[in-house]
Amino acid sequence: MAEVLVYVDHVDGAVRKPTLELLALARRIGEPVAVSLGSGAESTASALAEHGAVRVLTADAPEFADYLVVPKVDAVQAAYEAVSPSAVLFPSSAEGKEIAARLAVRIGSGIITDAVDLEAGDEGPVATQSVFAAAFTTKSRVSKGTPVITVKPNSAAVEAAPAAGAVEALSVSFSEQATGTKVVSRTPRESTGRPELTEAAIVVSGGRGVGGAENFPVVEALADSLGAAVGASRAAVDAGWYPHTNQVGQTGKTVSPQLYIAAGISGAIQHRAGMQTSKTIVAVNKDAEAPIFDLVDYGVVGDLFEVVPQLTEEVKTRKG
Amino acid sequence: MSLRIVVCVKYVPDATGDRHFAEDLTVDRDDVDGLLSELDEYAVEQALQIADEADDAEITVLTVGPEDAKDALRKALSMGADKAVHVEDDDLHGTDALGTSLVLAKAVEKTGYDLVVCGMASTDGTMGVLPAMLAERLGVPQVSLLSEVSVEDGTVKGRRDGDSATEQLEARLPAVVSVTDQSGEARYPSFKGIMAAKKKPVTSWDLEDLEIESDEVGLEGAWTAVEGATERPARTAGTIVKDEGEGGKQLAAFLAERKFI
Ligand SMILES: Cc1cc2nc3c(=O)[nH]c(=O)nc-3n(C[C@H](O)[C@H](O)[C@H](O)COP(=O)(O)OP(=O)(O)OC[C@H]3O[C@@H](n4cnc5c(N)ncnc54)[C@H](O)[C@@H]3O)c2cc1C
Ligand SMILES: Nc1ncnc2c1ncn2[C@@H]1O[C@H](COP(=O)(O)O)[C@@H](O)[C@H]1O
Repeated sequence: MAEVLVYVDHVDGAVRKPTLELLALARRIGEPVAVSLGSGAESTASALAEHGAVRVLTADAPEFADYLVVPKVDAVQAAYEAVSPSAVLFPSSAEGKEIAARLAVRIGSGIITDAVDLEAGDEGPVATQSVFAAAFTTKSRVSKGTPVITVKPNSAAVEAAPAAGAVEALSVSFSEQATGTKVVSRTPRESTGRPELTEAAIVVSGGRGVGGAENFPVVEALADSLGAAVGASRAAVDAGWYPHTNQVGQTGKTVSPQLYIAAGISGAIQHRAGMQTSKTIVAVNKDAEAPIFDLVDYGVVGDLFEVVPQLTEEVKTRKG
Repeated sequence: MSLRIVVCVKYVPDATGDRHFAEDLTVDRDDVDGLLSELDEYAVEQALQIADEADDAEITVLTVGPEDAKDALRKALSMGADKAVHVEDDDLHGTDALGTSLVLAKAVEKTGYDLVVCGMASTDGTMGVLPAMLAERLGVPQVSLLSEVSVEDGTVKGRRDGDSATEQLEARLPAVVSVTDQSGEARYPSFKGIMAAKKKPVTSWDLEDLEIESDEVGLEGAWTAVEGATERPARTAGTIVKDEGEGGKQLAAFLAERKFI
């Protein structure tokens, strides 16, 4: 069976969930070969093997951390040349998309970004995408070259599928461009202890209606009672009430959880773009005319400062 | 020497309008009002600020798109850019990201540049891949997704707020940068700016001017094919209750029924 190259997103050897989802999708169209780069690359192998990687190509060099994107493009290109895969899959992170974009130019192949599903087709893999703020679903394929496809988090279930996962060292020679953009410093973000926004099963978001940074604990308390991630609308982020990394929407994160709860959010098209595909949608808003109510499975017209704390208490009571 | 800045801007269908596909499954640009992609206004803004700081700078705004795309160029000119380049050719209809990056790269080279500034993503395609592709094609550094950017002594510096870390980046010019919507509000064109824009030069180029064969671009030349588009079924109307003091409890009951609690 044809091999499919899968780019591994990991933090010091800990494989992130979207990569495991990618392996599940890769197995539908071929045999996954993982490419794992940077510090801790070799420690990714066991998790990758458990989820179907037949081989794990690894490389580590200071360049991967010290310069932006291009060293990784060089490495993935080396892997591409060594494997001759039938497709190359990346997670749809900022970095994943940029590596994919440059690889596509180098190997003269078409690229599809932000797929939400992938299946085998007669003429190669067929990707499903959600476009125009999720108003449409399209099916596309790459018609020239080796398909390069980036896939959004939560697009497939993680599947255990033990495979050999033999580690092989990938030899990479860096291009002249590799050292073009220097990473002068890197400040890691502090973890909040809450689930990752794009990976969470439940997301509770607050908007301008929350009224201030000092009130966000109301939203956080509900999130914590449900084991949920916290999101925010751009209005709340722009006002400086919550970090940009938590923004849901067109220029923030796309989330597709089992349950999305919007508190004090009107439901502008750019916000909807990031949450419309959630399975169940719930909103609390004091304006009965707010467009968010067009999307909801259950909506409460009321003051979030009354409704949300009562809900939080009730959740805690019911959970015991 | 003058700092030559090229800003890539896209003309897109209005996101608040009824966006849809044409029969050939390309984005329908005829029935929907178009405008300068809001995310590219941030690119124009940062270019203007960089130019303000430089001793001598010239900003060219560049778009690849249909006749109406001139509106996007006018808007950027009225914000303060100096001149514009419009790449327009019937054979460009249906061009995908790879093709667009080829056309942009040729046009940027023909214009002459020290710095290319892009938006983070277009509001219609939302791929966010063009800046990286453009840097790859031009063979210059990519300094992308910046929420802060400055140019000094031939070096571009910026801050990239990623998911797991904030990075300070640096590269020598020439370079391609892209800026996010966190980089600072874009200015509104002033009346004076709007009047001045009418007299600013707009150069038009077609594929021949850029020495690109028509089969390298357009629907025929596309590297990807859309096989189908279906409208997402409207969500079925949900239950909406007015809070009479029990709203939180009612909501909890709903969540319990759906097994979330
Ligand atoms: C290019 C572009 C990209 C964008 N990207 C994004 C994006 O990624 N994400 C995003 O969210 N937005 C984005 N926006 C902005 C978007 O258009 C809206 O401005 C934004 O989503 C509004 O946020 P909001 O709903 O919190 O605020 P508002 O629209 O002001 O709504 C606040 C709501 O809170 C309700 N409310 C107030 N007080 C209470 C209370 N006590 N109890 C209950 N309800 C209350 C009000 O009735 C109102 O409906 C983008 C815009 C553009 C142009
Ligand atoms: N047709 C176009 N003409 C000019 N610039 C473009 C065009 N398409 C994309 N761009 C630029 O590339 C950026 C990213 O676009 P995209 O990769 O399509 O999301 C945009 O913000 C623009 O700066």
